Order: sequence, then C-alpha cells, then structure tokens
Amino acid sequence: MEIATLIANVQGYTAVAAALLIGLASLGTAIGFGVLGGKFLEGVARQPELTPMLMMRMFLMAGLVDAFAVISIVMGLYLFFASNPFLGAVINAVSKQTAGQ
Amino acid sequence: MNGAPITSQEYIQHHLFNLQLNLHNFTLSNGGFWTLNLDTMIVSIFFGLVFVIPFYWIASRIDAGVPGKFQNFVETILEFVDNTVKETFHGKSPLVAPLALTIFIWVFLMNFMDLLPVDLLPRIMALCGFHNFKSVPTADLSTTFALSLSVFILIIFYNVKIKGFGLIKEILTKPFGPWLFPINFILRLIEECTRPISLSLRLFGNMFAGELIFILIAALLPWWIQWVPGGIWAIFHILIISIQAFIFMMLTIIYLSMAHESH
Repeated sequence: MEIATLIANVQGYTAVAAALLIGLASLGTAIGFGVLGGKFLEGVARQPELTPMLMMRMFLMAGLVDAFAVISIVMGLYLFFASNPFLGAVINAVSKQTAGQ
Repeated sequence: MNGAPITSQEYIQHHLFNLQLNLHNFTLSNGGFWTLNLDTMIVSIFFGLVFVIPFYWIASRIDAGVPGKFQNFVETILEFVDNTVKETFHGKSPLVAPLALTIFIWVFLMNFMDLLPVDLLPRIMALCGFHNFKSVPTADLSTTFALSLSVFILIIFYNVKIKGFGLIKEILTKPFGPWLFPINFILRLIEECTRPISLSLRLFGNMFAGELIFILIAALLPWWIQWVPGGIWAIFHILIISIQAFIFMMLTIIYLSMAHESH
C-alpha cells in the first residue's frame, strides 16, 4: 500500500510537471505568434510592396518562436507517454529495498 | 517484435533507440561515450551523397542554351540561397554561400526522413536483423551538435582571421565600454557559447517532437484512423522541416556575417 502511495505521488507530480511544460509552452508561443502576426500585418498594411521580404522574415521568426516551445512540449509528452525517469528511480529503490528484506 | 503484442510504451521506447555501435569492442551495444549511432551515420552520409552527386553532375555539364528540368530545379535552389546570402552577408567570402547551400539542402533532406512512415525503415531493417533503427538523423543530438559545432568553429576562425587583435578590443569593450570589461567579457562568452547549443537544440527539438508525435499517433490510435491525424501532422510538418532547415542556414549566415563585421 505504501508503495502504491509512493508511485501515485510521483505520478501525480509528474502529471503536473508535464501539464505545466505543455501549457506554458503553448501560452508562450500563442502570445509570441499573436505579436508576430499582428506586427507582420501592420507592416504589410503600411508597405504592401515589402510583403515577400517581410513574409520570409516572419517565417524565420516563427521558427525561432516555435523552437523552444516545441522542446518543452516534447519533454511533457515524453513524461506522459514514453517513460518516466522519476518513477523508474522510485521503483528501482523500492525493489532494492524489498530484495534486501 | 516477434509477432507478440507489445504495449504502446514499449513501442515508443523501441522507436527511440538508435542502432548503436560500441567502439570499445565493435559490437552492437551501448558503449557510453564511445558509441557510434550507426543509423544516423548511414542515413546522413547517404543524404550527403544524394545532395552532392546530382549537384556535381549537373554543375559539370551545365547547359547555357536550353536547361533541362533538373538543371532548372538546381538553379532555382541555388538562386534562392544566393539571394538570401547576398541580402544578409555583406562581406566577401568564397565559403559562405556554398556552406549555406550545403546546410540548407542536407538538413532539409535529413529532416525529410520524418515524413516517411515511422515503421517503414525500422521494419525493413528488422527483416535484415537489426532491431533498433531510427531513420531521422536530425532527431539525434549527435548530428545536430556536429553541425552546430562545425559552424561554431567556423565562427571562431573567421572572428580571429578577420578581426585579429581588434577582436580582443571588441570582446573587452562591447557593449558597456572599457571600464566594465569583466562584464563585457562574460556576456560575450555566454553569447558565443549559447549559439551552438541553441542552434542544435532547436533543430533537434523540432525534429524529435515531430517524430514523437508520429510515433504517438502510431502507438495510441487504432490502425484505421491513423491516416487522419498522421496526414494532418505530416502536412504541417512539411512547413516545419523546411523552416527549420532554412533557419539553420539563415542563422549560420547571420553568425558568420557578424564574425566578418568589424566595428
């Protein structure tokens, strides 16, 4: 029972961590893309002949804005679905203890 | 893999392992630091050849009269990269444009492996007897760090070559003036060191994320519906892989042009 509590504890915290990773990342990119797209439209409205150049720069910046959010989302997804290193450590410790008894 | 049902977690884990060669005893196992990711090496070298050989072939028999279709295609790419370099890089260097072209196309081709079905190459390799195979070289930290560290070495080389002793002055006096030289030095050091790290982690993160989402779609959904989210994500991913290749090229040009500018 104690082991179940331990595992549930770690899993709960991991879920919160993954949710924060995914949520904050999407919040950040959402704000970033909002500002970026708004400024791009402003620029295009002011000088339509610069559209191709501005478009290219915008995509460049979009990639830059995207990158770190994507990394954090992947870490979140990895914690959710693939493997949870913290849980692995707990299970290792528990199995060592039970083997020692 | 032997026909036995595997859980989705095992499936995901299985797809995240490289085919590794232990350099201590040359067996297929993990050798800590001395590990060579064979799949990454093979696929990236293959795509290097896919880029270099046709481009060399077309460049050696260039036709000034009526260009063929493939020559047109190559010229379009070349002009695109050349214009980008001209816009951003204001010095004179025989290296920057070829470097930019190489990085752009090579990274793009390696990213493009992401669009193959996730199980295609691993299954084929499993038939040949290799059970771990990761088909996207840029979803491996070794590739992206190799690329970005090469760029980093070039940046340092050109900084030293172009600026000479002016570099010391620039490091110590920018941006806060000569009296705060320790802070200037530390800022510059951090700035230089974050460049290769952010360059490689950006590419790695995006490609790894793309691959992981494909794997998750393949692992968690029933087979008859996978094509819907898979197709949507693949279409979106076409944009991402081109943008990431473009950004890698663009930042390389920008960093090199910063190394060429003396203040």
